[in-house]
Order: sequence, then structure tokens, then C-alpha cells
Amino acid sequence: MSEIITKATRDGYADGLIELRKKCENMAVLDADLAAATKTAVFQKAHPENFFNCGIQEGNMMGVAAGLASTGKLVFASSFAMFAAGRAFEIIRNSIAYPNLNVKIGATHAGISVGEDGASHQCNEDIALMQVIPNMTIINPADAVEARAAVLAMNEHKGPAYLRFGRLAVPVFNDINSYKFELGKGISLRESTSDAITIIATGLMVAETLEAYEELKTLGITARVINIHTIKPIDWEIIIKAAKETGKIVTVEEHSIIGGLGSAVCDVLSEECPVPVKKIGVNDVYGYSGPAVELLKRFGLCKSNIIDVVKGFINNSHD
Amino acid sequence: MESKLSQLDLQITACKVRMGIIEGTYNAKSGHPGGSLSVADTITYLYSSHMRIFPDNPNEPTRDRMVLSKGHTAPALYSMLAQKGFFPPEEMKELRKIGSRLQGHPVMGTTPGVDFSTGSLGQGISAACGMALAGKLDKSDYRVFAILGDGEIQEGQVWEAAMFASHYKLDNLIAVVDNNNLQIDGRVDDVMSPYPIDEKFKAFGWNVICIDAHDFSQIENAFKQADEFLDSKSGKPTVIIQKSIKGKGVSFMENKGSWHGVAPNQEQYELAMSELKKHCQELESKKSGGAK
Repeated sequence: MSEIITKATRDGYADGLIELRKKCENMAVLDADLAAATKTAVFQKAHPENFFNCGIQEGNMMGVAAGLASTGKLVFASSFAMFAAGRAFEIIRNSIAYPNLNVKIGATHAGISVGEDGASHQCNEDIALMQVIPNMTIINPADAVEARAAVLAMNEHKGPAYLRFGRLAVPVFNDINSYKFELGKGISLRESTSDAITIIATGLMVAETLEAYEELKTLGITARVINIHTIKPIDWEIIIKAAKETGKIVTVEEHSIIGGLGSAVCDVLSEECPVPVKKIGVNDVYGYSGPAVELLKRFGLCKSNIIDVVKGFINNSHD
Repeated sequence: MESKLSQLDLQITACKVRMGIIEGTYNAKSGHPGGSLSVADTITYLYSSHMRIFPDNPNEPTRDRMVLSKGHTAPALYSMLAQKGFFPPEEMKELRKIGSRLQGHPVMGTTPGVDFSTGSLGQGISAACGMALAGKLDKSDYRVFAILGDGEIQEGQVWEAAMFASHYKLDNLIAVVDNNNLQIDGRVDDVMSPYPIDEKFKAFGWNVICIDAHDFSQIENAFKQADEFLDSKSGKPTVIIQKSIKGKGVSFMENKGSWHGVAPNQEQYELAMSELKKHCQELESKKSGGAK
């Protein structure tokens, strides 16, 4: 077995920006004094003429991004998810999304895996906030390869998008040479005709789910595993097909169980194919300081909890 | 470039713009006549004599941009755009109605001539910074104008933008602060004083010009001075702080905060229109008298 490489999706963001610049000269990358952390500093170093630091003013940065985009530029505006989606929410809504401007928000340090900085910086609400904004596209890549590809796909995508990246280095399970990003399309990573359940995951929970899959298999449970990188617009087809074929769905996300992937999946199912769903996510609570991996475990965002939930869910039906 | 109009011509146009404001808000039975009337002269000057605009091709890339950061005064902008032929003046009667291109607050891409969507205060100035920065990057010589309210500058984002514009040397950005000293809840200095406005902008690294908002010679000189700052590569954005009268031009609306967001009823509409028409006729006859 080859050694598993780990890399943070924020590093994939930087890779994507550098690659994108080769195709698109008319772009601008903004940051709000977090360039070293969001990794836009990598882009800044390569293309200082296309990079603008806004200082610690996320609201103004989003407005500046909108103004730049109104002249035809492809603009990336970066900060931590908390300050991008949270603090600047209304500016994103009114100055970027309402006029449907071509601004891509590169939000890093999303979720509980921010770690030691604690709850003030652990944003588990950003997907919920961005979901309700008309015109907004939301992408939550699962690994650095997918992150890079998602950024490159922005060259063809017109309008606002929210790209969610993590701080923590996570397994790279996609092959950079063969991976193809299709906006709005879920990816069925594990699928068979005997699937007893479907696990739909997003972001760094996808790799964790793949590990859970292997262990469940040894226990005699074959699960379908779907990676939803585009949370909005969500892939109805793949979700309904899974519901029809497997009858049970578990969603896994590093986000609040309210308003995130789980809710989006339930929205689809309730309209088209209601089946039982268990949502794994942050249970409407704040996080706290600690090492990222330890926190993920404590919040149930880990292989063992996915296995427990799936087992319980399967057994429950035999009651 | 736009032909230069005499002060009398400007006064006549401003009077027509004001009639459009009254027409629009009366028919909508809502809207913001007070602040619209206070910026009417400045908007008239900019669109009639100063800005590079293309009514037949509103999105021409080299056009000067206008961001009405105090977006609730859309009736003034719409009325002016109609005067310039971006759309028919009769359309003012559709203001705020279902299916209308003239939304309650400006929407880019919907109304010809509207360069940015505004309405939530404090945001337009940031977008104007982005446009000005783009102009610098693209080595384009367009200018960006942003009109803010004096209440609006209570928003912290305005000062983020002020810092940004100065830091990036956006001398192609010309902001106007419409200082009528009235906001919804009362006098600006009672609600939350932004004064001294001039000293604040100076401290943020801007060129500051203070004028009377209803004197066309002062308005013209101010924008010419802003151009001189730009031509001399001052590297500083310019703000024109204009002392204005909320409700200017309609006697019973002047300096009354209650006219911030209330439309005239039929009686008030008729009174306002008769005042404006009379004023317009006086100016027209003065003009024809002068021509003889």
C-alpha cells in the first residue's frame, strides 16, 4: 500500500490560484491580513500585481471585491470562514450576490478543526449562512486535489461562489492527474448493488467516511459513499438514486447539523423520496480549544462515530 | 465629452430632476424625497456637465462610474438618468411598482445607467473603491463618483473604505458627503455625531473640499478641483463635503426630517409640482430673456 499523503485544502486553494492565473490574467486576489494562513500569500509572492491586502476589514474587502468584479475581473476574496461568511454576511448578500457579481469567496479555517484557537474561530455556521443567499454557489472540497480543481473551475463559473477550505492537513485520496471536477455533481466513491445504506459526506469528512467504509465492510455492512463537494446547487439525482436504492442515509459534515449538508440532503429527500436520515455534524453547540484531531473525535466527526451511527441505524430497522 | 451647460441650464435641469423625484415618490406612495432633493443639484451637475456617460451604451467600459452609496435617494438618480435619455422620463411613474425597472433602491443590470446596486448604507463606497482600483490596474482614465449621506458615514465600513482608498492612492475616486444634517431619527449631530467630517477625512489622507450643495458655481469648482488633484497625480482620493438642505426646492419639505422617507399625498404633490413648475418657468423665461 502506498503511503497516504496529507495536505490541507487551503494549500489546494493556493495551488488552484497559481494555476488559474496562467489562464486568466484579469484576476484579483484579496485578503484581510490572513494571507499567510489562507495561503493567498503563495499567490501574492508569485503575482504581487494581482494581489491586494485589505487589512483587517472583511466588510470593505467584500465591497471592494464587488467593485472590481463589476469591471469584469475574476475576484477571489479570502479570510477565515468565520469572518468571511459571518462578519461580512450582509455585504456578501447585498453587494456581491444580489448583483450576481463574479466574486469567489475563499474561506479557509472552516469548521471545528481550526483547533486551538477555539470557538471564536471555529465556524460551523458558514454553509447555513451562504445556503440562503440566492445566486450563491457553495463548494466544500474533500481534499487538496479537489480544492485545486474547484478553484480552476471558477474560470468557467459566472457569479458568486463560496469555497470552503480547512486548516488541517487531510488525506489526499483523489489523483491529481485523473480527477475531474464537475460543479454541482456528487461523486459516488463506493457503490454496489448490495448497498444497505448511503453515507453522504462533504469536506474533510469524506476521507474519514472512506475509512469507516472499509471497517463497515469487514463487519458485513456495505455502504455507499457519496462525496458532495457542491452543496449548492446540490446534486438531486445522486441523492434520490441513493435513497431509492439503499433506503437509509447518513450525512457527515464538519458543520452544524442545522443548515448544512444534512439539511440540504433532507430538503431534497422530503420533496422527492422521504427516507430515514441520520445527521452527523456539530450538534448546535460551540466548540472549544484543543488539537484538531482530538476535537474532531470529541464532536463525533470521526471514523468510529460514523461506524457507530451506521451500525445503530442498520440494527434499528430490525427492531 | 458632455457639453458644458450654463448655470441657468443646470438650474432648469435640476428643477426637472426635482419634478421627477416628486412624480416618482407620489405615484409610488413611498420613497425618500428629502435626501433625493438635497442631492439633486450635485447629480444634475455631474450628469449634465462633468461625467463621461453613454446613454445609448450605458455599460461602455470607459464610462465614469457613479455609485449612489446613499441608495435610498434613487429617485434623484433615476430622474437624472431619465433626463439624459437612459430611459423615458414617464417611467418615473413606475418607481417602486411591481415589475418596474426602477426598484426602491438602485439595481445594476436592471436600470440602464445604474453602475452599482446599493441601499444598505456604507457599502457603496467600498464598491467604488474596487472600481477605482480596477481603473488603476487597467490604466483606464475613468473616474468613480460616490455619493454618501452624512448619516451613512456613521457606518464603520465607510471608514474602512476611506482607509483603503487612501492606502491604494485612489485619486480617481471622488466621494461626496451630502451633509443635510438630518437622518431618520433626527438631527445627525443628535443621533450620532460624525463631526468634524472634514477633519476625519483629512486624517484618513483625503483631499477635502467643502461647498454649498445648492450653488452650481461652487459645485463646478469643487469637481474641477478634484480633477486637478487627479491630473497632478495627488495620489489622494477627494471628498466633497456639501452643506445641503434636505427637501431642497420644495418649500414645505425643506429642512424637515419628517420628509426623509414619506411620499407626498395628492394635495402635497400638487403643491410641490406647482412650486417647481413655477420655478422652472421663471428660469426658462430668464434664459430666453437673456438670449434676446
